[in-house]
Amino acid sequence: MNMIQAINSAIDVCMDRDPDIIVTGEDVGYFGGVFKATEGLQRKYGKTRVFDTPITECGIIGVAVGMAAYGLRPVPEIQFADYIYPALDQIVSEAARLRYRSAGEYTAPITVRSPFGGGIFGGQTHSQSPEGIFTHVAGLKTVIPSTPYDAKGLLISAIEDNDPVIFFEPKRIYNGPFDGHYDRPVTPWAKHPASAVPEGHYRIPLGKAAIVRPGDDLTILAYGTMVHVAAGVIADSGVDAELIDLRTLVPLDIETIAASVRKTGRCIVVHEATKTSGFGAELSSLVQEHCFHSLEAPVQRVTGWDTPYPHSLEWAYFPGPVRLGQAIKRVMED
Amino acid sequence: MADDRAGRNLPPLTLHVPEPRFRPGDAADFTHFEIPPAGDSPRPPIDAAPDDMRGHSYGLVRVLDEQGDAVGPWDPRLSPDRLLRILRHMALTRAFDERMYRAQRQGKTSFYMKCTGEEGTCIPATHALDRGDMVFPSYRQQGVLIARDWPLADMMCQIYSNSGDRLKGRQMPIMYSAREAGFFSISGNLATQYPQAVGWAMASAAKGDTRIATAWCGEGSTAEGDFHSALTFASVYRAPVILNVVNNQWAISSFSGFAGAEATTFAARAVGYGIAGLRVDGNDALAVYAATEWAAERARGNHGPTLIEHFTYRSEGHSTSDDPTKYRSAEERTAWPLGDPIARLKAHLIRIGAWDEDRHAAMDKEVAEEVRAAAREAEKQGILGDGMHQPFDTMFEDVFEEMPWHLKEQSAQMHAEREAAGI
Repeated sequence: MNMIQAINSAIDVCMDRDPDIIVTGEDVGYFGGVFKATEGLQRKYGKTRVFDTPITECGIIGVAVGMAAYGLRPVPEIQFADYIYPALDQIVSEAARLRYRSAGEYTAPITVRSPFGGGIFGGQTHSQSPEGIFTHVAGLKTVIPSTPYDAKGLLISAIEDNDPVIFFEPKRIYNGPFDGHYDRPVTPWAKHPASAVPEGHYRIPLGKAAIVRPGDDLTILAYGTMVHVAAGVIADSGVDAELIDLRTLVPLDIETIAASVRKTGRCIVVHEATKTSGFGAELSSLVQEHCFHSLEAPVQRVTGWDTPYPHSLEWAYFPGPVRLGQAIKRVMED
Repeated sequence: MADDRAGRNLPPLTLHVPEPRFRPGDAADFTHFEIPPAGDSPRPPIDAAPDDMRGHSYGLVRVLDEQGDAVGPWDPRLSPDRLLRILRHMALTRAFDERMYRAQRQGKTSFYMKCTGEEGTCIPATHALDRGDMVFPSYRQQGVLIARDWPLADMMCQIYSNSGDRLKGRQMPIMYSAREAGFFSISGNLATQYPQAVGWAMASAAKGDTRIATAWCGEGSTAEGDFHSALTFASVYRAPVILNVVNNQWAISSFSGFAGAEATTFAARAVGYGIAGLRVDGNDALAVYAATEWAAERARGNHGPTLIEHFTYRSEGHSTSDDPTKYRSAEERTAWPLGDPIARLKAHLIRIGAWDEDRHAAMDKEVAEEVRAAAREAEKQGILGDGMHQPFDTMFEDVFEEMPWHLKEQSAQMHAEREAAGI
């Protein structure tokens, strides 16, 4: 399976097991979503469980909060993460705080799915990585897969979780892993071991990172598309780097991160989002708090620039192999 | 293009900024209000097409006339017993408000909001709903809980954030939550409850349930995007929901003109969405009951949502943090042409021979005593003025279903911090 098929399969498996799961969003019904992540679900589960919505993101999430208060488990789609901002108040002030403010009387077991990230010439309105906005909010879980296998297992966990989850799907790797070399052909998922996705139900627990590649000299913390970019750079660099795919940003697997950095003494955090106040700042700070005495070099951040995402200059914005390769050199020389 | 007009003698454009008719010191004169006679508005069938109901968005459904008689097709023909229960709940709400207002002034809590003059909106509406119907309130629908016989002491414990507060002292006073009473947790962010109510109603319909949902907001909040998203969803999916707008004329110091009242009515918002809209005399308990009953039957019959504008007046300040004498005429309250909802229902009950002044005075005493007793019970569990009543651990509970490591760490840090400081 590619990542879209894995996501589709996760929703299918969950809907089959739980009649209270309902899928909504722009174009998700008959058409099956602009990326086809919900294809066939309306045909299988009917129009009252999978349906299109008006173009009002605040309405999509507000309605989902009400459905959750009724007792359903909505899985709304926001077509692009760039369009999640109109829904921000319903996510941040309502879904995230409902359990707390009602002392558990009401909860919002909602999984908001949304394709995010750049690398598809989507310009400044189809490329953003707003995960840092959500990790800053108490009461939300933020999940980002990097392979089809993880996408299915993590999405099933998210849907079955009783807290609101923001599930960002790195759309650049929907069809195949991307190593950051935009001028080379992309290998489809079919040739990757992570495309071996079981048909049935399985979970990958939220809050557990994956060690993609063990190493002794340097720890690289990544998620989503950047996991594959980092893997490619490590292979080319000759550095024995340990690559950790965070998989969930909140809750974060601090144990795996801290154990790795204590072992390697060096750390680079890498993400596509803009640098200032991004999740990399949080990671960098946590590494300082937990591993200061083990560090042999300052923690490096490799990120997108603090500009809106440009259309034609996309590859100069994207934190690709060159930027990461130079950071590895810097941190190893320190 | 624009250059073609350069140098021409065009009048300068002007920006219209709405201004209320009366400011402090002005006499209040409501003779410009066109108040349709009671009984004048026709009662459409519950499956009427929204197109055929446009007039109801601009008129005013009224049942009680100036003498206190119930007239016209909207008369819900309620039994005297039911009317007396509605009257009592309205009086109890007013007494509750009085007591809690004083409690705030005495420093027993931080904040309070009265609904004085608006008791005729949500209380009769609640009586017209089934107990299982879900309410997504705004912050001035304390009458819903009272009409559902929710314990007053429980509401007060929330206001005092004391050890009896089921919400663990997390919400500002009056931001109740009562799942058992079908009362949704109140948000401070305006109109967010509107799409939520529509979502609840859609879920009920999707599951083949028979329960419907209601939402409440003030006229000022109709300017919020959530309001319009909610109406779009309600219309598109014909959600079994009643959307109430309480037009009490003032959003803190901004009069209803800033939400668009100079141009049209709030009920007329329904017209553009293809929803049934009803504009109702909000100080007429019978009209409110009848409109809600109509809308509930419509929703239950799968005929779609209804938007009800309750045309009323906010007699008091917005909250205990507000001083309305600074921005509106002191005479407005007494000059309001649609009267006081409790006085009007009382007059009706006397008119039909089911009530008299003595019994009313006795009831006022009883409800005051009921409130006093509840306050005593609540205050035994502490008041906000005494300090913090919740165990400190509770601060970190309910953020997530299970506490993640970073919250456990912060909880331990807080305890260590307090211990080190000798607190």
